[in-house]
Amino acid sequence: MKHLLSTADLSREEAIAILDIAEEMRETGTRQVKKLPALRGRTVVNLFFEDSTRTRISFEAAAKRLSADVINFSAKGSSVSKGESLKDTAQTLLAIGADAVVIRHPDSGAPARLAATDWIGLPIVNAGDGTHEHPTQALLDAFTLRRQLALREGVSPAGRGLDGLQVAIVGDILHSRVARSNLWLLNTLGASVTMVAPPTLLPVGASAWPCKISYSLDAVIESGIDAVMMLRVQGERMRAAFFPNPREYSRYWGLDDTRLAALEAKGHDTLILHPGPMNRGLEISSAAADSPASMVLEQVTNGVAVRMASLYMLLSGDLI
Amino acid sequence: MKYLIRQAAVLGGQATDVLIIDGKIAALGELNDAEATVIEAAGLVLLPGLVDPHTHLREPGREDAETVETGSQAAARGGYTAVHAMANSTPVADNAGVVEQVYELGRKAGWVDVRPVGAVTVGLGGQQLSEIGAMADSRAKVRMFSDDGICVWDPLLMRRALEYVKAFDGVIAQHAQEPRLTEGAQMNEGEVSAVLGMTGWPAVAEESIIARDVLLAEHVGARLHICHVSTAGSVEIIRWAKARGIAVTAEVTPHHLLLTDEKVKTFDPVFKVNPPLRREEDVLALRAGVADGTIDVIGTDHAPHPSEAKDCEWGAAAMGMTGLETALSIVQHTLVETGLLSWADVARITSFTPAKIGSLEDQGRPIAVGEPANLTLVDPAARWIVDPFTMATKGRNSPFAGMELPGAVRATFFHGHPTVLDGALATPRVAND
Repeated sequence: MKHLLSTADLSREEAIAILDIAEEMRETGTRQVKKLPALRGRTVVNLFFEDSTRTRISFEAAAKRLSADVINFSAKGSSVSKGESLKDTAQTLLAIGADAVVIRHPDSGAPARLAATDWIGLPIVNAGDGTHEHPTQALLDAFTLRRQLALREGVSPAGRGLDGLQVAIVGDILHSRVARSNLWLLNTLGASVTMVAPPTLLPVGASAWPCKISYSLDAVIESGIDAVMMLRVQGERMRAAFFPNPREYSRYWGLDDTRLAALEAKGHDTLILHPGPMNRGLEISSAAADSPASMVLEQVTNGVAVRMASLYMLLSGDLI
Repeated sequence: MKYLIRQAAVLGGQATDVLIIDGKIAALGELNDAEATVIEAAGLVLLPGLVDPHTHLREPGREDAETVETGSQAAARGGYTAVHAMANSTPVADNAGVVEQVYELGRKAGWVDVRPVGAVTVGLGGQQLSEIGAMADSRAKVRMFSDDGICVWDPLLMRRALEYVKAFDGVIAQHAQEPRLTEGAQMNEGEVSAVLGMTGWPAVAEESIIARDVLLAEHVGARLHICHVSTAGSVEIIRWAKARGIAVTAEVTPHHLLLTDEKVKTFDPVFKVNPPLRREEDVLALRAGVADGTIDVIGTDHAPHPSEAKDCEWGAAAMGMTGLETALSIVQHTLVETGLLSWADVARITSFTPAKIGSLEDQGRPIAVGEPANLTLVDPAARWIVDPFTMATKGRNSPFAGMELPGAVRATFFHGHPTVLDGALATPRVAND
């Protein structure tokens, strides 16, 4: 593995290997001394062209627990806002002595471009690019699902996929990098995906995706699902006429208290995931967010482990 | 000066000798002339000099991207003897002063006829008609008007423009792009954009404007030209309009005849262009449209950019591709070698018809005695690998870089003067005034 750009690039073996290493990393997170010496002396740059405190601190924690040095570069208020190009910014980081670049960028494909050009030649981790992909989020979601199912069955998650699992991804699919990365990875790991959204928030062309598509969250809940991933709905989508108003969105596509009860009544022990930050009362009710089925905080914890595994695999040689 | 082209296949037909004296074709047949410079052309196809209805020369304003001189050198190397220079320069070519400046720069450069296109609206602003009459009556004799790069979106303004140019024997060349449906658009909207998470440029944004404009042209009895048609649906609408007798002509670019949106998966902005690369089905429909005459002409939409405009991430990159020096090879590759067109058809879509659309007097003429010697010699058996760094254009943004293409321009005669010989730039023609 040279870069981590898209979950579509990962074979089943590679994906499971990352998840297995993440399991080991997660164990170290429960110790009193959480730090490993694996990346001592290496420098990881978090290159963030978009505000994202959560993802940035998760990567920062991951790198630091592996003893790497971390440089955080935020585009706001920097030379980038004065018109510096991605190429110049990246080459500056190389000159400073970076060993790997974690990049968040508003343009789809910017990390892939950084990896494909001769600009820097460093391992690149995509920390979210436009509305394209967010591979570490998908990995931490898969990790969370796999771990919970294994705990339930009292077995070790190591070496397993997500075969036969029914997963619904609900919300603004059109603008969601999380949805795309999850689609490819869940398929690779053997799960079945249903995308649920108003038709305005599904891309033209999604009919070719390896998933089912539904406009009705109620029907999908009724069909029985093992996990539901709720996506954040941005307020600005309403102004662009994707839906009439937040109340109507919530009424049809929100995981509200009524739907939470319906979900529980099905008896599937459906897990509830959300990549955060949540809009309580819009796409998810407080009762759903705080229910025992909610994996939201577990996802945050697992995110650090998955990002440790990703950095470890990219920087300490190919372990597969 | 006298030139004798020996044994060239005229429009791909019978091999003939062609004698050129003082800028005109003096004789055809089995010829000998001891004083003439002989050009051996056995195995080569002789075409009328190519005419591009759609070129961006960037001057005035963006001389870092291209100048009239470098752009017209690129044109000569591509076998062209005339180009229409689009109006989106800085300042915009929306008045007699700018179009005369561009025309004069072209005349002084001496590589091809540079025929400026006038802007339809002041500053390409889409609000007020520019001085179309003044541009038509200027020394540049503008006949084609276009806000290319921007759609004349306002239906009333488009109606008025179509009506008004009739007084000056003009034509409106429309860049068909519904602006609201393409806000922030990065690539064709479809299966590939769904995977890449890029804002889509739907086919309907082009087709709805073309449908509207052919109906407007019919209503007011005006001539309409559609720039860079890119979708299968557009071809169907234009086919319907022509069957109805509407005076519409249409153009397709070489890149839309070959490349698809699959290329965007590389995220290399050399493939970023407007209108965007479409699906395989569209490429095939465009070729069929050229074959059955629905699409009339090849327009390169040659759009050179400095390297920094492409050496960046997709979203920050400029739209456009170079095309003058590869156009004829792409036409041969996609239309001749597929059996869709003969070389006589190639002459029609690259020279005869574009000259008619632009009302150019001395261009796109038959290869016959007494006609101006605007001619191109092509070696259809040649194979070459595209290297943007060896091109005459300043732009290095060729989407065909690294591809092996058929057909090479061996010589170009511009009013009887060889601007290209042995496949390389020769000398410009000195204008006699």
